[in-house]
This record gives sequence, C-alpha cells and structure tokens, in this order.
Amino acid sequence: MKLIVISVLTILLLVTAKQALYTVDEVEQVIITQFGKPVGASVTEAGLHVKMPFIQEVNAIDKRILEWDGAPSDMPTKDKLYISVDLFARWRITDPLQYFLRLRDERSAQSRLDDILGSETRNAVAKHELIEIIRTTKDRVPMRDALLSETERDSDMGNLVPIKKGRQLVEEEIFTAASEKVQVFGIELLDIRFKRINYNESVRPKIYDRMISERRQIAERFLSEGNGEAARIRGNRVRDLNKIQSEAYREVEEIRGLADAKATEIYAQAYNKNQQSIDLYEFTRTMQAYPAIISNNSTLVLSTDSDLFKFLNGIDPQ
Amino acid sequence: MNSQQDKWNPKNQSSSGADELKKMWVSLFGTQPPEGSPKRFIFIILFVLLGIIAWSSVYTIPSDSVAVVQRFGKYLKEVPPGLHVKLPLGIDSAVIVPVKRQLKQEFGFQTAGATDPFQSAPGKHNGVQETQMVTGDLNAALVEWVVQYRIESPSKFLFEVRSPRQTLRYVSESVMREVVGDRTVDEVITIGRQEIESEALIKMQTLSTKYAMGISIDQVQLKNINPPRPVQESFNEVNQAQQEKEKLINEARREYNKVIPLAEGEKDQRIREADGYRLKRINEAEGDVARFNSLLTEYSKAPEVTRRRIYIETMEQVLSNVQSKVIIDSASNNLLPLLNLDSSSIKAKSGESK
Repeated sequence: MKLIVISVLTILLLVTAKQALYTVDEVEQVIITQFGKPVGASVTEAGLHVKMPFIQEVNAIDKRILEWDGAPSDMPTKDKLYISVDLFARWRITDPLQYFLRLRDERSAQSRLDDILGSETRNAVAKHELIEIIRTTKDRVPMRDALLSETERDSDMGNLVPIKKGRQLVEEEIFTAASEKVQVFGIELLDIRFKRINYNESVRPKIYDRMISERRQIAERFLSEGNGEAARIRGNRVRDLNKIQSEAYREVEEIRGLADAKATEIYAQAYNKNQQSIDLYEFTRTMQAYPAIISNNSTLVLSTDSDLFKFLNGIDPQ
Repeated sequence: MNSQQDKWNPKNQSSSGADELKKMWVSLFGTQPPEGSPKRFIFIILFVLLGIIAWSSVYTIPSDSVAVVQRFGKYLKEVPPGLHVKLPLGIDSAVIVPVKRQLKQEFGFQTAGATDPFQSAPGKHNGVQETQMVTGDLNAALVEWVVQYRIESPSKFLFEVRSPRQTLRYVSESVMREVVGDRTVDEVITIGRQEIESEALIKMQTLSTKYAMGISIDQVQLKNINPPRPVQESFNEVNQAQQEKEKLINEARREYNKVIPLAEGEKDQRIREADGYRLKRINEAEGDVARFNSLLTEYSKAPEVTRRRIYIETMEQVLSNVQSKVIIDSASNNLLPLLNLDSSSIKAKSGESK
C-alpha cells in the first residue's frame, strides 16, 4: 500500500519537475507566455531554465539566420522586356517579442516577406533596364574569340553593352527599401540577391531569333573569308607559275644566246686569221657539203672542163 | 527447485528465468530480491530500462566526422572520432557532422543514387530551370556546374544559419548567374570557362564567409554548357563554317603546293639543259677549230697539193655514189644534150655546167 502511494507521489513530482524545467537550444530564443500573453523578456541564453509549471508555456523562436526564397514571378523592365525573377533573402528575428506579437509564426512571416520583397523588387526592376540587372562589373572587357575577324570585333556582336549601375546596386536598392519596412515586425533583413533571372516564355522566341541571325552572320562571314582567301591563293598560284616559267625562258634564252655567241667567236677567230685560213675554210667546208648534198639518185651533167675530168681530153689539157 | 530436470520442462520455464534474475540481482545489489510476481515484473522493466539508458549514452563517431555535444541545449564541446559516452535521457545530445568528407552539390543535372538531399535540386523539372541564364550580351545559355565544399566549422554550421546547405544552393545559383551575366555568350560557351570557374569560386567563398555558414568552398567545376536548344543548330553552323573556311584555304594551298615547286624544278631543269647546250656548243666549236687549225698548219706548208688531194678524194667519194652521170665535151656545143627523162626516179636537174 505504502509503495503505491510512494510511486504515485514520485510520478506526480516528476511531472511537475518536467513542467517547471525547459531547455533552450543554441538555435532558439524563447518567449514565455502565461495564459497566452507574453511575460518577461525573451530568453536567449542556451541551457536549462525554470518556469512556472502548468501555467506558463514555452514558445520557441528560431535564433538563426533564416532563408526566404520567393516564388519566381514575371515583371517588366524599364525597356519593356518581360523577365521572370527569382530572389532569395536572408533574415533573422532580432526582436522575438515584437515578432511574436505581430506575426506569431513563420508562415505569416514568410508571407509578409513575400509581399514586401515582391513589391520592392517589382519597383526596382521597372525602374531599370534589363542590362543593369544582368551585369555587375562596369568596365569589363570581354575575351575575344581569336578566330573572329577584324570587322566582327568592330561590330556590336560580342560586345558588352555598358552599364551605369549594375546588379549589385539594384540589389542594394531593393534591400534598403525593404529592410525599413520589415523592421516593425522585429525582423532584420540581412541581404537580398537575385537567384534567377530569365526571359519570360513570351519573349524567348524573339531572343532566340536574334541569336540565330547573329550566328548565321558569323557563319556566312567565315565562308566568305574562306572563299576569298582561297581565291587569293589561286591567283598567287597562277602569278607565281607564270613568273617562274617566264624567268626560266629568259634565262634559257640568255644562256643559249651566250653559247651561240661564244661558239661563233671561236669559229670566227679560227677561220678569219688570214686570207689563207679563209680560203681553206671555204674549200674544206664546201668539200664537206658535197657528199651531204649529192645523193645517189641525183643526176649530174658534168663537163670535161672540170679539174677532175680534164684528163679525159688528153694527157696534157690546157 | 530442481533446476536441472526442470530446464527441459516448458511448464517450469518462468520459474527458472526468475531464478536467473534473482541471482543477477543478488550479484548486483547484494540483497535478496523481494518476493511476489508483480514486483518481479517491475524488476524486469527496470532492468530493461537500465539497459536502454546504458545503450543510449554510448555513441560512435566515424573517422571522417566530429560530434557537437549540447547539454540541455547549450553548446558543450566538440568531440573527435571514436567511441564516447554522454549523459542519457535527453540531457546530452550529440550531432554528428562530417567535416572531413568532401560534399558536393550539382546544378542543372543529377547523378543517380545520391544520398544527400541537397545534392541536386528538389523536384524533377527544376533541373532545366537551374541551367537557364542570361548572358552579358543579353543572349541566353544553359549552364551545368558542380560545387565541392567541406564543412569547416561544425558549430557555425549547426548554429548560425538554419539551413546552410539550402543557402549554399541559393548562393551558388546567384553567384553563377552574376558571373555569367558579366560575360558574352561566346565567353561562356567556349573561351572563358576557366575564368568563370575561378571567379565563381572566389565570389562563393566570400559570400559563404560573410554568411558565416561554416562552409569552405573547395572547387567550382563547370560541366556542360550549351546554347538554348532552338539556337544550338546555328551555333553548330558557325563551327561548321569555320571548318569549311579552313578546308577551302587548305585546298587552295594544296593546289599551289602541287604546282609551284614542280615549276621551280622544271625551271632549274631547263636552265641546266641550256647550260649543257652551251658547253656542248663551245666544246664542239673548240674541237672543230682545233681540227681546222691543225689542218691549216699542214696546208700552209703545201697548199696547192693539199687542195688537189682533198678535192679529188671528195669527188671520188661523191661521184661514185651517183648513178646517173653525163659527161659532155665542152668543145662540142652543137650537140643538143638529150636527157632521158624516162629513167626511173631521176629528177631533172637543169644545171649549167662549165
């Protein structure tokens, strides 16, 4: 009997003790409410704490940096381009009491952030051209494909349109405008960044068409460059061929001319030495010619007056 | 209590079990356990509870991790790998954090069999949306990449940011778009990949430190980068046109190289041939002249006789070959010479002979 009483009392004691003690995790900050109304300051120190059992309740609020990811929504830029924008932001609950009173739970906090951040983003995007939201560095010079030609480098293709502000400044504008508005909820906005920016479905075909025509232009340029260079080389081929062949002709003729001249000089020197050499040359050369000219079917009518046949007339002709 | 015989008897099983417990109780606590079946029941439960408590206060940490121990929720210490003991019943909690393992997150694609839920984008269609980006020349591109990171500070990782891995995914997407947004589509697809990877790494690390996530980024690797699907064909056309250009130029060069060296060779050949002609003519001339000069020397010693001799020798040779000869006496000029023109293959040679 006594044992049952003791065990029941022990159980009651344990339950009460459990109700009077609570832990606060490193990541939590706690508001103690009594019958639904908050009492005292927020408890931020981690560890074991004491409260009134049964009457007081523990409401734990996250102490960490929380994330907000907006749903992507379509909005127009200043230059009338429809883009789909997806932001993310980081925030933390700095005044848990205020947060608890105004918002009570995270779902309503996220929805408030949706409203505020969504509208500030829309404002900022409508005030800027698309290029200001896409690009960050003002004076960046892009790398160039080495295969592009001079004219392409001069054209707008592959160039970066210059910007005045850039993405970071636009993000800061949204941040400044929104962080003021959320302070009243006990929330501190830490920063905002664009997570995704894409063309809206309706704008995409136009963008793709532009890209396609840009590429086609580059492709045609390559082809015409190739043809032009090939024609130039072919022209070189004909020119060089003519040059070589005509040079060959000239040099050959020069050499042959020199050869003929030299030979003539040698002959003339020998044959023209004196009257005797001239006579001899004429004689021997003609003697050389007779066998070549007179063949076996020539008809010769000769006279006995010749040196060869004069002896036919007698022993001692005149 | 005949335990030996009763062991094999199923009806006596409970009593032998109770005997075992009693013996254990005695060995542990030194007193006899109280009698009565409800009390026995309580002892059994208490014993089991003690076992569970003992089990829950022992934990192991694998060699690539550490554990962060909190007592009543307050940070206590960081514990290295091995077997450790903590206070049970929810007083101490140990969270195991893999600090030495290299973790990765994929963007724009998924490899199958991933155990980390943050490795890829949740949901099936988000993979495509992750890759779509706008470049600095207001063109579009599709980019896939991988981020490799490690958990550097376990306490920061657990206590500073609520969902550091989710935040890392946001940071990664945001930074990649910022870096791509500063570049032309050509840089993104072909020539600027290295630069993009290093700039993205630096920016992500800066943000990760600023956000105090306790994460250090090891590497950013770009995977497939493509222009959007409807445009891909025209990008291929550009590549093909480049190759076509090279081909045209090479063909023309080949033609040139086929012809010109050959022409050069032929030119040399002709010049050498002309040289040969020159030498031949000079040598022949010199030979002829030498022969003539020797003859001239002898001739000048006895010109008349030499002339006569050569004349008669030549005539001998020439006239003996001629089949048709007519010798007419010069004194008889009354006779009309008749030429027999019927003779076969005799050409009329009208020569005035002396």
